[in-house]
Formats: sequence, C-alpha cells, structure tokens
Amino acid sequence: MAETNAGPMLAADGTPLKKSLARALRRQKLRALMLIAPLLIFVLVTFVIPIGDMLLRSVKNDIVADTLPATVEVLGDWDHDAQELPGDDVWTAFYVDMWFAAERKEHTRLGTRLNYELTGVSSLFRKTGRRVDRFDTDIYADQFVALNPEWEAPQTFAAMLDGPAADELPLTADAWARWKEFNVEEGDAVLEEDVPDFVYTALHYELSQGAEVTGASERLRAAAAAVGEFETVSLRDQFADADEDWLDPEVWKTIQLYSPRVTPGYFANAADMQVTPEGLESRPENQQIYGVLFKRTLFMSLVITGSCILLGYPVAWLLANLPMRVANLLMILVLLPFWTSLLVRTSAWKVMLQQQGVVNDVLVWLGLVADDARLTMINNQFGTIVAMTHILLPFMILPMYSVMQTIPPSYLRAAKSLGATNWTAFWRVYFPQSVPGIGAGSILVFILAIGYYITPEIVGGNTGTFISNRIAYHISSSLNWGLAAALGTILLVVVLVLYWAYDRIVGIDNVKLG
Amino acid sequence: MADTQSADAFVEFERVQKSYDGETLVVKDLNLSLPKGEFLTMLGPSGSGKTTCLMMLAGFETATHGEIKLDGRPINNIPPHKRGIGMVFQNYALFPHMTVAENLAFPLEVRRMGKSDREAKVKRALDMVQMGEFGGRRPAQLSGGQQQRIALARALVFEPELVLMDEPLGALDKQLREHMQFEITRIAHDLGITTVYVTHDQTEALTMSDRVAVFNDGRIQQLAPPDQLYESPQNSFVAQFIGENNTLDGVVQEIRGDHCTVKLEDGSIIDAKPVNVSQPGEKTLVSIRPERVEMNRDRLNPDAHTLKAEVLEFIYMGDIFRTRLRVAGREDFVIKTRNAPDQRRLKPGEQIEIGWMPEDCRALDA
Ligand SMILES: Nc1ncnc2c1ncn2[C@@H]1O[C@H](COP(=O)(O)OP(=O)(O)OP(=O)(O)O)[C@@H](O)[C@H]1O
Ligand SMILES: [Mg+2]
Repeated sequence: MAETNAGPMLAADGTPLKKSLARALRRQKLRALMLIAPLLIFVLVTFVIPIGDMLLRSVKNDIVADTLPATVEVLGDWDHDAQELPGDDVWTAFYVDMWFAAERKEHTRLGTRLNYELTGVSSLFRKTGRRVDRFDTDIYADQFVALNPEWEAPQTFAAMLDGPAADELPLTADAWARWKEFNVEEGDAVLEEDVPDFVYTALHYELSQGAEVTGASERLRAAAAAVGEFETVSLRDQFADADEDWLDPEVWKTIQLYSPRVTPGYFANAADMQVTPEGLESRPENQQIYGVLFKRTLFMSLVITGSCILLGYPVAWLLANLPMRVANLLMILVLLPFWTSLLVRTSAWKVMLQQQGVVNDVLVWLGLVADDARLTMINNQFGTIVAMTHILLPFMILPMYSVMQTIPPSYLRAAKSLGATNWTAFWRVYFPQSVPGIGAGSILVFILAIGYYITPEIVGGNTGTFISNRIAYHISSSLNWGLAAALGTILLVVVLVLYWAYDRIVGIDNVKLG
Repeated sequence: MADTQSADAFVEFERVQKSYDGETLVVKDLNLSLPKGEFLTMLGPSGSGKTTCLMMLAGFETATHGEIKLDGRPINNIPPHKRGIGMVFQNYALFPHMTVAENLAFPLEVRRMGKSDREAKVKRALDMVQMGEFGGRRPAQLSGGQQQRIALARALVFEPELVLMDEPLGALDKQLREHMQFEITRIAHDLGITTVYVTHDQTEALTMSDRVAVFNDGRIQQLAPPDQLYESPQNSFVAQFIGENNTLDGVVQEIRGDHCTVKLEDGSIIDAKPVNVSQPGEKTLVSIRPERVEMNRDRLNPDAHTLKAEVLEFIYMGDIFRTRLRVAGREDFVIKTRNAPDQRRLKPGEQIEIGWMPEDCRALDA
C-alpha cells in the first residue's frame, strides 16, 4: 500500500509524532533524573568536587606568587645563570614582601612549600621571619624626618601616593597600598599608625634609583635631591645577617623557578625527576623512590589478584555446586571476614606471622625451622601479600560465584556425555564460561589492592608498602598535598590505562557480576 | 507386565531403584529392556522419575539398587564419558562460547579424530538436520528450533548407538514441534539408532514411538506399543493418562470369561471386559473412550445393557461433535461422534440411550 501522506507522521493531537515522543521521553528522563538527583548531588558535593580540587592541587602553585608578589615581579628579570645574587631591586621588594608575610605568619608555609624543592629553605624562612621587623632600616625614617618633619605623618604618604607620584614610585605605592590593607585587616586606622620602615626603605630605594619626580610636590623633590647623601643600610647584609643562606644563589633560583602559579614540579617529583631552569632532569639515583614504589604496587597487586583467583576459584565452584543449605553455610564463612573489622583482621595476621607468632611457633615445634632461624613473614612483601589476599578474597569469590551460578550443570553433563573427561569438560566448557566472573573479580580485587592503605601500612614494613602509604604520608605528615595529588593522579591514570588495556584485550562486556 | 528379560536386549534395567534423600524412592523396582533400534518413549506426569531414569542410564546418577546393562555389560561403574551415549538435553545445552561447528566437532575432538575426518563428519551431521549454512554461528544466534536441531546433530555426530532425549521439544511451538517430531523419528530410523525419549506430551509419545513406557510414582505402569496403550490400558492410571476417557465407579456383579457385568452406584447394569478384576463383589473403575460410545441401539448386541442419558451440552468441533451427558449421576460423561451426513446433532435436554460393545469398556482397578 502506498503511503499517501508524505509528511512526518502525526500523533493523535496533530503534533508531529517525533516531537510528542520526545516530549513523553523527556518527562520520563526528568523523572529518572529526579530519582537519582539526591545521590548525584551527594556524590558531586562530597566526592567529585573535592577530588577534582585535590587533583588540581597537583599543578597549582599560588603560594609563591601570593606571598611574594613584588619579589616575583622583579625576580623574573634576574639572570640565574650568572651565579650572581639578585640586585637591590629584588632585595627591597623581598623586604617588603617578607615583612607582610612575617606579620601574617605566611612565611613558614611558604618555607615549607619551597623546602620540598630545596631542603633548608624552611628554617631559612622561619629564622628570617623572626628578624625582619628588626632590620636596621629605621635610619631611613630618621633621615627623611630630619629632612622634613612632614615625612613623619602618615597623611603625607597618603596624599603623595594617592596622587600622580604613585606612577613614578610603584614599589612604594604598592607597599603603601598593602600597608593600608593590612591595617584594615587588623582593624586599625592607617592614619593613626606610624609609617613603617619598609615604606621609607622602598621610597629611598626608588628615589635613589632616579625616579622621575619633577612634577611632584616640593617636599618629594627635595627628598629626591637629598637621598644621594643619605646614609644607607644594605638589605642584602641584613638578610645575610639573619641567615647567610640568602647569599646562596640556589635559594633565589628555586624561588624564581617556582614563582609561576602552575608548576609541573609535583608531577616531576612524583616521577622521580626535578624541575631545573634547563628543563626536567632525573633525580640522583638515591632519591628515586616513587618509580620503585609504583612498580612494587603494581607487581604486588598482580600477585594478590593472582593468588585470589587461585584460592577463590575452587571455593566459588563449590559454592555454586553444593546443595543450597551447605552452600549457604559456606557462604557465611566466606562473608565472615566482612563482619569483622579490617584492622582486627590485619592485626590478627600480625600475630600469626610475626617471629614469635603462631605460624613460626608451629614450624619450630614441628622441627621444620630452627628456633634461632625463625622466618620473617611480617613487615615485608610476603606479609602484605598474605594479609591482603585474605582480606580481598571475598571480592573475588562473590562475582565468580554469581557467574558460576548461572552456568547450568547440564553443560558439564553434555560435555561428558559427548565423551569428554572430567578435566576436558571443565577446561573446554566450564572454564571459558566462568571467565567473565574471573574478569570481574580480578578488576575488583586489583583496583582495590592498588589503592589499599591500611594493611600495607600495618604489615608492610619497609619493603611491603604501597604507593598509597606514601600518598597518605604526604597528606597527613609532610603536608605536601601537591605531591600527594600528583601521585594520586598518576595512580588514577595508571588504573584507567590498565582498565583500557583490559577492555581491549578481554573486553569489558565480558565482565559479569551475575 | 513388560517382558523383563530378552536375549537381544540392548539396554536393560534390572530391578533398579533410586533414592536421592535416603527416605523416599523416586524410582521403584524398574524393569525395562529394549532391543537395538527401538524408539522407546518414557511418558508420565511431572516428578514421576523419567529424567532420573535417563540420568542413571547416562551415568550422571547412580542407581541405589539394581543393575543397568548396555549391550549385555553392566555400566554402573563406567564413567559417563566412556558410555558412548548421545544425549539431547531439555535446554539443549549447546556450549554458548563455541560456534555451531565447534559444538559439533567437540565430541570428535575429544575422541582425537583427525581434522579432515572431523570436518567431513560435522558437515554431514549439519546437512542431516538441514543446517548446513549455520556452522559459523553461535547458538545464541539461532532460533529455538534450529538450536534443537543442532543439539540433535551434536548427539548423533559421533555415531552413538544409543541416544537419550529429555523433553527436547518442550520449548517449541506446536507447528515446529510436529515438524521436529517427524524429523527425529526419520533420522532415528534411518540411522538405526536406539532411542530413549522422554516427554510428558502424550500425542508426541503416541506418534513417535515404537513402544511407550508410562511412568507414574516411580514405576512403569504399562509398556506397550501406542495402539495397545490407547486401546487396552492395563490400569486406570494409564486409561486416564492417555487420551480422553470416561470413567464410572461400580461393583463387579458377574464375570463370565472375558465378559462381565458391573453394577453402577445408581443401580444400573453395564457390560464390560474384565481387565484387572477377578471376582464378583470387587470394586472397579470402568473406562470407555468417548468415541466408542454408541447411541444407535441397532448397532449393539441384542442383549446389550444400555444406560439412560440426558444431553447437557453439544459442542461443534468441525470434524467431530462432542456431547456432554448426564449418566448414572455423573455430569462429565463425554461422547464424540464423527461429523457425518447422517449424524444427528443432539440438543441439550434431550433424553437418549447409550451403550457399547463389551470389549470397548474395560473394568479396571478401582
Ligand atoms: N537432584 C535431586 N535431588 C533430590 N531429589 C530429586 C533430584 N532430582 C529429582 N528429584 C526428585 O525425584 C523425583 C523425580 O524427578 P525426575 O526429575 O526424575 O522427574 P521427571 O519425571 O523427569 O519430571 P518432569 O516431567 O517434571 O521432568 C521428583 O520428585 C524430584 O523432586
Ligand atoms: Mg524431567
């Protein structure tokens, strides 16, 4: 029959069928969305956003630019190759920055951050922070006031630096602006406070550098003419006095290297490399720890997954083939570990495997091991593998069991009736059909293992710890969150790559949970 | 009952018992023997032990007592894979991860047959079930009937002498089922295979088999060719299980040779053939097929007893008429008459007289 109506199909009410179908579907989708909305919001707020933020930390590096804004600006021009210390412009800017940092107690955080890159910087900043408001820079204030008593009044600075002179004296203006801000923070009125030394210092520096002040006030022009005669104090010496490490160009190189707000430094560190002005460079042999840790984590996770398959497969088979009542009992035994605390189970392994522990005692009692040569089975890789295999075993057994349960016994019977021995029937017919269960269990166990933390921490000793222990260390002890985030990001990428490879080789639709 | 011992028996069950739980016998004292080339069907209600018998024969269950012999040799201790019995399972049990051709090659492979022989046999088996082009497909890509045919081909490809089939057509629609019934019998007869076939569809049993074993309660109730089973059931279970049947309760009044009279509950007397009643006074269940009931007095013996009946319902079924009557206080008495030109169409409420030849009405155990 020929279609008489060539146009689009119409629904009963005359709207195009496609449109009304889309509308009906949209309502369905909306309802579905509303059903998952609470969970979605919960996951977004408590999980995705914090993790996203965490991952951003692996490249974020605001602290240097935020704490030392003036220094970062002038230090950009410094030639680090010259092996010479930066000039007075840097020292002056740094003095201003340090003064605020010390007042706000931000210098220690900055020191800690830079200490990741150059050891010793932390104490350098701490010491300097204590000294910076006692620098001998008061002579500048005295000399300005001697020149003209008006220099003592904050109003003088306020008037001057709010006017056109600000353009000519950028550092002083900046210092003044930050001083005003600081007073607001502190709840003080800037016009009632004494003008701080660093403002005089900045002014002196800029005037002595020949700032163009011809159009400015009489007072400023007089000062500009007079600064040449002023008695000076070397900021460089002042800093060196606080800590002579300031005379080490390495410190300045590090500050310069880490001034940008985005840094590859954490990732480089996580990959056993370091950022140098010349580019990435691998760390000295004895400082390379993360590569080894990543390799060990992968290797041990694979071993744990393998032993879970070997131990779990027969159990899953039994579970799937026993009569219901017995199978339920066995199932309870499999699930029993879930009902006890992870910590308890791990500690139990410690008791079992330690040198004076149950296993060693039995071996000695049996005469298999000499009393003075008890086996070390804990605080090493062996202990971690044993304990984690035990703990993760249910995650292997359950998917395998649920897949095996769906394989009807008639397949095995059919194979046998066709002439296959028990082994051939199993290997050619049953096993291939149980592979999806193995796949699902393996992915589950492997991914759990690769990020496992508590068990390796307790029984891993030095040789059995995972990358996750290092991440935890950086999160909670060294507080190097950036590095922790970089390590975590790498771990995530590794897992995704493995997942992708698994999908290519085995096929992810070959994974069944039942 | 059935002949238990015969010289040319290919498969033999001797006093076989089976219990799963040690409390109840699922199979009770099973005796069965079938010659080479026979197509035997086990028919019976659900739970009567048919599958259990098949599984014992195939070796997946062991008999609790008794002996099973294959070609004269006891097989109780031979493992399933050495019995060389082809089997078609109820759900086909085609290996889902192998193609059709691989499925068929499997029994040949485990017998270490060479590749070229294997391929030739697989091809021949596929052609036999008219599935030649489907060798490369997976079982999931086949229709139910096609899967069934592959399962059949797989059970036959290694040329077993005995094939067991457990309700292989259960999942198919009526038309396909009838077609497959025909195919299976054809192939089985062409190849001269001994077949044990399980079903609970009686039409299937009657149309396909050389002999049918009717199972109930773990026993063979009757073992006979289809026509005998239908026309001369040995007991009331078989009579009721096979085909449609009218039954009347009564007491034997008199037995004379192969003729007896039975007094029904309302006092009327009928003629019957004594099958398993032996003396007057015994309670009995008489059974008569609907199509053997006669309404025309002229066609009966002159001295035959007749019953009064009232027409309750007349159903026109095309080729036949089905009439429900009230007879001797029962309202489920059915007669069937052929739609012939001279056949009367009865009306509800009509009073008629019915009777039968004494040999068509069997007095069975009560
Ligand atoms: N593995 C088993 N364990 C315990 N009891 C069983 C088992 N298999 C079967 N039975 C019992 O044995 C009896 C006979 O079962 P069987 O499977 O032989 O019946 P069947 O005649 O094949 O029935 P159907 O027509 O429904 O397939 C049933 O009562 C059943 O509950
Ligand atoms: Mg059955």
